[in-house]
Amino acid sequence: MEHFAALLDKLYFTSGSLAKGDLLKQYLRRTPDPDRGWAVAAIAGTLSFDLFKRHTVKQLIGERMDPLLFELSYDYVGETSETVAHLWPVSPGAGRLERLPSLGEVVAQFRQRDRAAVADYLVQLLDAMNASQRWALLKLGMRGLRIGISARLLKRILAEYGSVDVSEIEALWHGLEPPYTDLLNWLDGRGDKPDIGDRVTFQPVMLSCPLEPEHHHDIDADNWQAEWKYDGIRVQLVGKAGGKALYSRSGDDISHSFPDIVQAVDFSAVLDGELLVVRNGRIGSFNELQQRLNKKKPAKRLLAENPAGLMIYDALSLDGEDITALSLLERRRRLAQWLDAKAPPGILLSPILPFADFAELRRLHRRADQGGGNYIEGLMLKHKHSPYLPGRIKGHWYKWKREPMLVDAVMMYAQRGHGKRSSYYSDYTFGLWQDGQLLPIGKAYSGFTDAELKALDKWVRGHIVARFGPVREVEKELVLEVAFDSAHTSSRHKSGIALRFPRIHRIRWDKPAAEADELATLKKKSNLAG
Amino acid sequence: MPESPEVPPPAAGTVHEWLAVRPEGLLCLPGGFYIDPLRAVSSAVITHGHADHARPGNGDIYATAQTLAIMRCRYGDSCAARQLPLAYGERHRFGDVELWLAPAGHILGSAQVVLEYRGERVVISGDYKRQADPTCQPFQPVPCDVFVTEATFGLPVFHHPPIATEVEKLLQSLQLFPQRCHLVGVYALGKCQRLILALRALGYSKAVYLHGALVKLCELYEREGIALGKWVKVSEVGDIDSLAGEIVLAPPSALADRWSRKLPDMLPCMASGWMQIRARARQRRVELPLVISDHCDWPALLQTLEEVNPAQLWVTHGREQALVHRAQQLGYRAQALSLLGYEEEESG
Repeated sequence: MEHFAALLDKLYFTSGSLAKGDLLKQYLRRTPDPDRGWAVAAIAGTLSFDLFKRHTVKQLIGERMDPLLFELSYDYVGETSETVAHLWPVSPGAGRLERLPSLGEVVAQFRQRDRAAVADYLVQLLDAMNASQRWALLKLGMRGLRIGISARLLKRILAEYGSVDVSEIEALWHGLEPPYTDLLNWLDGRGDKPDIGDRVTFQPVMLSCPLEPEHHHDIDADNWQAEWKYDGIRVQLVGKAGGKALYSRSGDDISHSFPDIVQAVDFSAVLDGELLVVRNGRIGSFNELQQRLNKKKPAKRLLAENPAGLMIYDALSLDGEDITALSLLERRRRLAQWLDAKAPPGILLSPILPFADFAELRRLHRRADQGGGNYIEGLMLKHKHSPYLPGRIKGHWYKWKREPMLVDAVMMYAQRGHGKRSSYYSDYTFGLWQDGQLLPIGKAYSGFTDAELKALDKWVRGHIVARFGPVREVEKELVLEVAFDSAHTSSRHKSGIALRFPRIHRIRWDKPAAEADELATLKKKSNLAG
Repeated sequence: MPESPEVPPPAAGTVHEWLAVRPEGLLCLPGGFYIDPLRAVSSAVITHGHADHARPGNGDIYATAQTLAIMRCRYGDSCAARQLPLAYGERHRFGDVELWLAPAGHILGSAQVVLEYRGERVVISGDYKRQADPTCQPFQPVPCDVFVTEATFGLPVFHHPPIATEVEKLLQSLQLFPQRCHLVGVYALGKCQRLILALRALGYSKAVYLHGALVKLCELYEREGIALGKWVKVSEVGDIDSLAGEIVLAPPSALADRWSRKLPDMLPCMASGWMQIRARARQRRVELPLVISDHCDWPALLQTLEEVNPAQLWVTHGREQALVHRAQQLGYRAQALSLLGYEEEESG
């Protein structure tokens, strides 16, 4: 455990992926199995425990600590593991451990023990550790180490460690499980390449870059294909002899939430598309889809009211044949044929939008701006000769989002941010007028420059009228021009409205608050009932 | 005795019978002077030389001789119309108010302001710490009715390790990376000189290299009788590559600046109480954080509260909410004074 904690500490403070890679490779060479594999799992975020979770930790510290002091500390530090690592009060009469157990031993204990015994073990370890070891230990239970090593970088480092191509690691990765002993032994040259056969696995998806004005002249009708950009959830649908599954774009298995999609899979293919609500061939809004998300066991009524469907735009394999190396043109031709023959229920093919020149594309983009039936958020432009490549590789796929909507709102409340922003009032709640009263419609904490943040912070401090815990109510004087992607109805807010991705577009120091927008205007603009 | 006519009447900003918070800062009403004013005033008492507490342009200023020397060094001889030195413990009367200064242990010359009026004693601590520091006199707890404290590190997450532990880390890193130039970000006044003395105490006798912005204050410390050992200005080093494996001190702003690019295989380090929080260190691209602070950590704030044992605690700047809360739990009357303008960060 000492070595693992030291590794995390070094990785955290070392900048530069080369230096991080060297540290990790050195650790892999020097550390025995299964410890090193568990460390890889912790870094990859594939290690989790049923009984050691964020909640376990919060409960333990809650029993030992004043809640307000914890809350204030957390607001400052910005992260639970580190807050607890610093705050942990060593139990009275705690016996010192001669030395800390190995990482493998710690993992095994957390897996074997029952709930009460897991908590005891955690206390025993925390009592025996220093602050940075506690941080490393707690990170194991919380997932997401945030040490500056992405999943992609980790795979690259593993590939370098074993002198293999990173695509080999990518292809294997989702078929393997921690502590990755077979993989590491193969990379060490001491074993065969692991065989994942027919296992159902997620393959990293191809991502797009935002279309910038300087790209416009590259886009022509000969080489580029245009499609709508749908306002849903990017997914990968996998059918294999070994099983079937629906994955989110980060590789989380979300099959349980969408039995209506997964049950219908009776084919062998890996399809790439957008998850939407599709009712009798008509596409529903994101708002409707949202009700289907994060439901472990969706109720029958929900399934009937908001049936899920897929808008497919690409395929990674069809009938067992990997087609990622083929051009988009060819993949698309085969996909269309395949879908025609199978006609799986609830699965649509994303139509190709014909255009002759960029001026026509612009017109299509403007149509997306004008609402696009509530499920289109812009255009996708894809190079016809591009292979299917995992990750965000420049020059192949572009997204051209519709222009954000704008509204002039009045700042109502402010709160300090987290972490490096914890000394600034950086989170703002804003509202619109209705019958001479302001109703909050959302909260934003981005979109401004550092200089603007300083000015906003100063303004807030000079205009506080009331305090509610960490929240400061301010004088209703400052108008914020807020940009957002779309507005939806919401029963959570008194205003009955919720914004997607609101951010501060401009600070209207000049505009009197009385001239900010009315709630009714926003509802009308967004085609929402008043 | 009637109060002098210049004394403003108690107003909305009055937090106490004879002390008020004004835009200029904390005002002693019967004495007619401010403590560490944020804007120029006719009469002021200055706790210590850091720029957010000691500003130029006041009329009369009362402070320790060292604080006055620091102000002259930073702002020139005309830093105030009249400079009136007070030794620790020396009493001065403003009408019915008696004033004296007690050591605060923060930096050279730092003082707490003790005010006595009509049988009541108020202590304004300024910035202070309880850790040992050979560059200044240790903090003296003065029992009082009202204790005005800072709370820069006023959260229970803050525990400042002994300075020797942190400097030992720096020396170990030098052994581990003998080819890397260790650039340490330090506040020019106080932190810089304290760090040099801590290095000397651990037997580091090589020259320490200084950014130009640190030189004047190091010379002042030496004139005040604090020997720093051998130091050299970086600008006077002929072959910059010879700084491989050496310790260079610079203001924190120089860490990520063009200035530091010329240093051979630079390892960015920083000495600050904030370095205990990982995100803070990484935000500054610091690879070797050294948790060294000239402020109290959480246990020291509570220890001081217990020793001073005031009827009331006022918290001026920093993370005031947590300290007020804890003090109230311990049975003290505590409140936050919203004194804006003092830096929350001990950055340079």
